[in-house]
Order: sequence, then structure tokens, then C-alpha cells
Amino acid sequence: MKEHPAISANNLTRKFGSFIATNAISFEVKKGEIFGFLGANGAGKTTAMRMLCGLLAPTSGSATVAGYDVASYPEKVKQHIGYMSQKFSLYEDLTVKENFLFYGGVYGLRRKEILLRLNDMLKRLDLVHALNTRVGELPLGWKQKLSFSLAMLHQPEIIFLDEPTGGVDPITRRKFWDLIYEAAHQGVTIFVTTHYMDEAEYCDRVSIMVNGVIEALDSPENLRSKYQAETMDAVFQELARGTITL
Amino acid sequence: MRNIGKSYKEVIALNDISFDVADGELFGLIGPDGAGKTTLFRILCTLIVPDQGEARVRGLDVVEDFRSIRKSIGYMPGRFSLYQDLTVQENLEFFATIFGTTIEQNYHLVRDIYTQLEPFKQRLAGDLSGGMKQKLALCCALIHKPEVLFLDEPTTGVDAVSRKEFWQMLKRLKKDGLAILVSTPYMDEAALCDRIALMQNGRILDINTPQKISEEFVGVLYAVKSSRVYDLLIALRAHPLVLSCYAFGEYLHVTLAKSEDSKELESHLQNQGFSDLKIHLVTPGIENVFMQLLQQTDEK
Repeated sequence: MKEHPAISANNLTRKFGSFIATNAISFEVKKGEIFGFLGANGAGKTTAMRMLCGLLAPTSGSATVAGYDVASYPEKVKQHIGYMSQKFSLYEDLTVKENFLFYGGVYGLRRKEILLRLNDMLKRLDLVHALNTRVGELPLGWKQKLSFSLAMLHQPEIIFLDEPTGGVDPITRRKFWDLIYEAAHQGVTIFVTTHYMDEAEYCDRVSIMVNGVIEALDSPENLRSKYQAETMDAVFQELARGTITL
Repeated sequence: MRNIGKSYKEVIALNDISFDVADGELFGLIGPDGAGKTTLFRILCTLIVPDQGEARVRGLDVVEDFRSIRKSIGYMPGRFSLYQDLTVQENLEFFATIFGTTIEQNYHLVRDIYTQLEPFKQRLAGDLSGGMKQKLALCCALIHKPEVLFLDEPTTGVDAVSRKEFWQMLKRLKKDGLAILVSTPYMDEAALCDRIALMQNGRILDINTPQKISEEFVGVLYAVKSSRVYDLLIALRAHPLVLSCYAFGEYLHVTLAKSEDSKELESHLQNQGFSDLKIHLVTPGIENVFMQLLQQTDEK
């Protein structure tokens, strides 16, 4: 079988009435790559991400994710991706075990398989003691690690992370990135949005969206040298400044 | 504030907090979710009562004199708290009216910020972007001419460009003599404050100027880089001379006890096959110090 790119977008467009939220964006993400998807508030990131996750149909253009066309096979796309955001994660009033059994069931995994993988994940995260704790009682940093593991439970090829590290301390934030590196090292493709510009540096490649289009796409190193900036923050400021963020 | 304490059932939200903020000072509370920042804001804004200690705002007691305090402070809560189904202009008019003033009377206070919002003044607040919502919330907190401004995580979830603009506004307000207490999870914003308190689990770990805090770093800090980032991280953490190693932007930041150790580390890594290795000494910043303090509290 021919190796397909993890994500391939081709003039992907979404309009809401006369407003063009995502305007003919094209890019490819390689398997095992950590791809940073940056942009100012309102630049069109969320709309693009929802299309790539099979949650929103494109107005025109196309995209394939894990080899499946997002418009024709949205359900196939959903089976092959993991998704984690700060807002949508675990059910607070269920225990860790109950959360995993529930989500695993949704993805059609067998109970035995779910518990086996959960046990393995908790061991690696050093959280075995939390198995029967209600999620609402756990510290935010643990919840984020668990949400990540949950999104990886059905062993997706690609994982979408929407601002995964908000609100935690600098050490917890970096420990979370250790998980990302580890997953990428095992061949999982990572698609991540963040407002922390130091995190942009951790990505293999970064795209910066401005007013619905991808204004720049390259490795952090090449972007810094192209815009003669010392940090990715400076690159971002240069590109996104002066745009109206509504 | 003197020895402020507050608990919710068995959870200690604030533990023996004492500090002062001067007129015209921009004071930052830096810490993650759960550090106690919001509880502290609620006490100072007279919305909840502390279990222990006492706090004064402009000389007035937060428990006894809560009515007078409420007139002279501006408070921007962490959660967006304006009326989503009112327009930009209606929101600002509403806040001016309940404080017995008008937009015209205090327009000079919000002019710099409000001019950016004016093209959209007929838009519903709920339809604004994150950055614009924060600007409107700041205008609403300023319109009654407060003497002290309380801003609880005003830039969380806001993009890097809007964050920078927001802090430029705070600098201007400070020049007018306003005392500002602001909380943030972003370490780059900490450096923009006159003084900061680093908070974790209801306690203050450190309180000083950003410059002084940066100087408290123990050991020497090196930035290390290779194209094989993940392998490098594993190799560094396994090395006995490495006290800590974390990703830090483009580089990995490695703490060593003394600078002589760096030579040994460098040759060790080259022997491990990291041929494109770059290593150099760096000046620690607030984030490095905060991480070191967090690590120490974890070990205790």
C-alpha cells in the first residue's frame, strides 16, 4: 500500500454566509510529524481544525486525513484520529476507569482491551493509584495527561490537540510535551494549536494563519531566519500584527 | 494584606498571604490554576470573606468597609462577565450608569482602548473575538475611574499579538497612578510587572522584582540543541551531572551545579553520537527560577 500523508489539505475552504473563515488553504503533514497550527484569535484555526476532524463539511476544496476524504468519509476520519482540547475532555463525575470504559466503548474496543491499555498508560504516567478516583477531584495537570491518554486509547494515527496546555505550571506544561515527543517518536502524527510561542519551537513545522489563509509554513528555524527574528514569538508578531481580530 | 487565609472544606486555597501594593505599581500574581489567585482577587474585591488575617484596599478594610471599596475599584474577573446579548456600547453604558457616571465624563480614561472597539460598537459582545472581549472588559472596569484595578487572568486564551497590546495598555494606565494587581499564567508577562509574587498551592513561593527573582537561580544554566531532540532529552536526563533538563523554546535548558561540568557533558554527548550539538551558557529568567522553586517544593 502506498504511504499516504497523515493530513493533506487542498484549497480547503469554508464560508459562513459571505464571511470566508478558511480561505483555500493547502498543506501536507507527514506521518510522525509534530505540526504546530498557529494564528491569532479569529484567524480561522478552529474552523480548519473542525473540517479536518470531520465535524464540519468544507464549502469547497478537499482534505484527506489518515487517507480518508473528510467530506465523503467523516466517520472513517473520526475513527482514525484522536482529539483533545482544554474544554472538552473527561467527565468530571465519572472515575478515571469509567471514563476510559465509556470512551473505549464508543470506539468499539472490548472491555478487556480497554482495561489492559488503561493499566499500561497509568503505569507509565505513574497514576495507577488514581484508577478509581473521580476525575473532578484530580489536579489539572493530571487531567491533561489523562485526556491525552484517552485520546490515544484507540491508537489513532493522528492526534489533534487544541490548546492542550492552558492553565498549568511551567513544569507540568513541559511534562505534557514529553508525552507529545514520546508519541511522535512512536510514529503518531501530532497536530497542535497553542498560544505559547515557546511551544511553537517544539514543533517540527509550524503554520501561521492570518485572516483565513496560511501566511507562513516552515520549520521554526527557517521561519526565524526568513523573518530575521530571534524567537517564534517575534515571527508571530510580525505576521499577525495589524490584522483585525474579530 | 496580612496573613490572609481561606479554606474550602479541607482544601486550603490561601495560606498566610501577606504583601503590599503601592500606588502606581503594576503587581503580578504568577501561578498555575489552583494556586489561589482567583480566591485572593475575590477577597480583595469584597466578594468573599477571608477565614484569617486582614486586608485593606486604599486603607479600607475588605470586610468592614466593603461598600466604599466597591466604588473605588475596577474588577475584571477571569471568566468573561459582560452581557453577551448587549452590544459593545450598551455594555459600557451599563457599567457607567450603575456607577453613577457617563461614558462622556470619563471617556479620556478609556479612549486609547475604546477607539479600537468603536468601529464595532453596535456588535453584540458575545460575537467579539477573545482579544476584543478583553479590551471591552477592561474599558468596563475603567469607566468609573477606579483607583485600584484588579485583573484576573486578563490574557488567558488570548493570542500573542493581542496579549502584547493589552500589556502596553496596562503600562499606560500605570503611568496615570493607578495601582494594578494582575494575575497571569504566562511567564513572559511576569517580566513586564514592577514586582511579582510566584504562587503555588495557596502559598507565595517568592516575591520580588522580576530582575531580583531572575538572579535567585541556583546553579548554572546551559542551552543545548541537536536535531535529534527526543534522544537528546533522554540522554541529558540520564546523565548524573544534569540537575534538571526541560524543553525551552528552540533549546533544551540544562541545569548544572558548576560551569566546569559543561565540558564533560559536551564530550559525553559527542561520544553518544550527537554530532550537530550546540551548547552555550544562558542567563536564567523568571520561568527558570519558578521551575526550580516548584521542583524544590515537590521534593519537600
